[in-house]
Amino acid sequence: MGVVRPVPATPARLGINVGGVNVSTKSKSRTFPTHIVVFLAPAVIVYTLFMIYPLIDSLRLSFFATGPDNKEYFVGFQNYVKLFTDSDYAPRFWGALKNNIVFFLVHMLVQNPIGLLLAALLATGGWGRKFYRTVLFMPTVLSFVIIGFIWNLILSPLWGVAESILKAVGLGALFRPWLGLESTALVTISLISVWQFVGIPMVLFYAALIGIPEELIEAARVDGATGWQIFWRIKFPLILPTVGIVGILTFVGNFNAFDLIYTIKGALAGPNFATDIMGTLFYRTFFGQQLQLGNPTMGATVAAMMFLIILSGVLIYMFLWQRRVQTVEM
Amino acid sequence: MTTVSRSITYGKDFGLLYRIRLWIGRLIPHLILAGYSLLAVFPVILILINSFKTRKAIFGEPFAFPNPSNFDLIGYQTVLSRSNFTQNFLNSIIVTGVSLFFILLFGSMAAFALSEYNFRGNTLMALYLSIGIMIPIRLGTVSLLRLMVKLGLVNTLTGLILVYIAQGLPLTIFILSQFMRQVPKELKDAARIDGASEYRIYTMVLPLVRPALGAIGIFTMIPIWNDLWFPLVIAPSAKTATITLGVQQFLGQFVSDWNAVLSSLSLAMVPILILYVLFSQQMIRSITAGALK
Repeated sequence: MGVVRPVPATPARLGINVGGVNVSTKSKSRTFPTHIVVFLAPAVIVYTLFMIYPLIDSLRLSFFATGPDNKEYFVGFQNYVKLFTDSDYAPRFWGALKNNIVFFLVHMLVQNPIGLLLAALLATGGWGRKFYRTVLFMPTVLSFVIIGFIWNLILSPLWGVAESILKAVGLGALFRPWLGLESTALVTISLISVWQFVGIPMVLFYAALIGIPEELIEAARVDGATGWQIFWRIKFPLILPTVGIVGILTFVGNFNAFDLIYTIKGALAGPNFATDIMGTLFYRTFFGQQLQLGNPTMGATVAAMMFLIILSGVLIYMFLWQRRVQTVEM
Repeated sequence: MTTVSRSITYGKDFGLLYRIRLWIGRLIPHLILAGYSLLAVFPVILILINSFKTRKAIFGEPFAFPNPSNFDLIGYQTVLSRSNFTQNFLNSIIVTGVSLFFILLFGSMAAFALSEYNFRGNTLMALYLSIGIMIPIRLGTVSLLRLMVKLGLVNTLTGLILVYIAQGLPLTIFILSQFMRQVPKELKDAARIDGASEYRIYTMVLPLVRPALGAIGIFTMIPIWNDLWFPLVIAPSAKTATITLGVQQFLGQFVSDWNAVLSSLSLAMVPILILYVLFSQQMIRSITAGALK
């Protein structure tokens, strides 16, 4: 719009401008559009320097290794080969990947269905819905550190809160130190994360459900459809775009997770790496832990694998689900 | 719930059976929602009430509310005397506040340019700026830390702020440019005819998308305030630790001091909970409004 600013409003120009701003800007402007640069520059500079550059440079580093002289040399895919096959790295990598998939599946099978159920109940309207909405979303705004510690305390056999609740309902015999056992720690942590984040799918599904035109539901009702049929045959197909968004948000969030496990289990993700996921593996590989020295280029390699996993998830989502990203995501 | 009950009525009588069904149809959703709500708040309330009790009462009667016989503030005294709580809290406020300001400023400027002008490469630029919506900035940490070392920004709040601005921009730009496209053209053209500069028009459009700014503000604020990763990696020093990191480290040291642990958890929760209670309606409404568009 550099054309317009300094120019007195001649009738001809008025015609163009009022007719359509975008059309007028498209016409070959001789003036350099300084203001466009001014508007874009701060965001583009900060974003490029502190986000895009580190991401690309980190991918580059995954092809380098530090030599004995403390300089970095190009080693091709050696870091990746090491990560997949070396006896120090491979068990940890495959273990973390497997655990991460379990972590993701628990979210998909527990968090998102519960979120959908709660959203469906909220969307029916009626007394107290505003209150429920607020309360149900609350854990989501708390930090992982707080959530992690709270559940650590509640599930701790030392305090015995979980145990006495189970006893009260006659299930005391079922109590185990779930966070401490190799067989249950990962699922327990996943469920804690589900408890915290169920609000996000809930709110997104809720938004989609209340966006469905009332006439559609009314028409189905007149045709004699039951509530169950209306939900699965009409509402659910209509909120499929949101199902996709929830799915991909869960995927990206899960394969990038770190804080909760670090808070509850530390960087070693015990017991015996049972709760180790990609994020904790990345942290440990990069900074080192106990006897293992930190290795930035191997860290970058782990990050590159996370990048590939997340990218393929995003591409599958865009390719299979929909091309257009919607506004509702958070 | 009305869906269920109404559909049952078609072709049926309005007798007792119907009324019982109606009643159950209304009750079940309430039971589920109330039950889950209890599950959502119970852990938080449990921590809060126990933070005001003596150690003996914490273990002896964990479900009891604080009363004169078991009331004790020893945990809070320990936290306030033994930790950098105030400093951490201030750091968090500075980091979150400054990041938020620049995310909204830079983000709205870029969104304005993308939505207002049809320049060459507009789509490409929009695409470039939206990569960060899906790809987490965390994956670039190795290089980011090196960059921070080079720039001398390790263990500074500035370093953290720059990272958070970069992290918050993509989604902000994406959402704001959609909102800005809806501002009527006539309004802006009228101002142009009156001789307003493009910068003036930007300041004119900004208040018109205030609800969107508010919603984005809240949603970018929470992850920044709660983040553990970047404070841990970029600014772990005692002087620059944010509240999330501070609490994490404090809890690590005082694991066995239950009073202190419960009190520090409560202190860390309360500010966010207050903000949440104040803004939750707007927050949830903004998501639902976004979907309706």
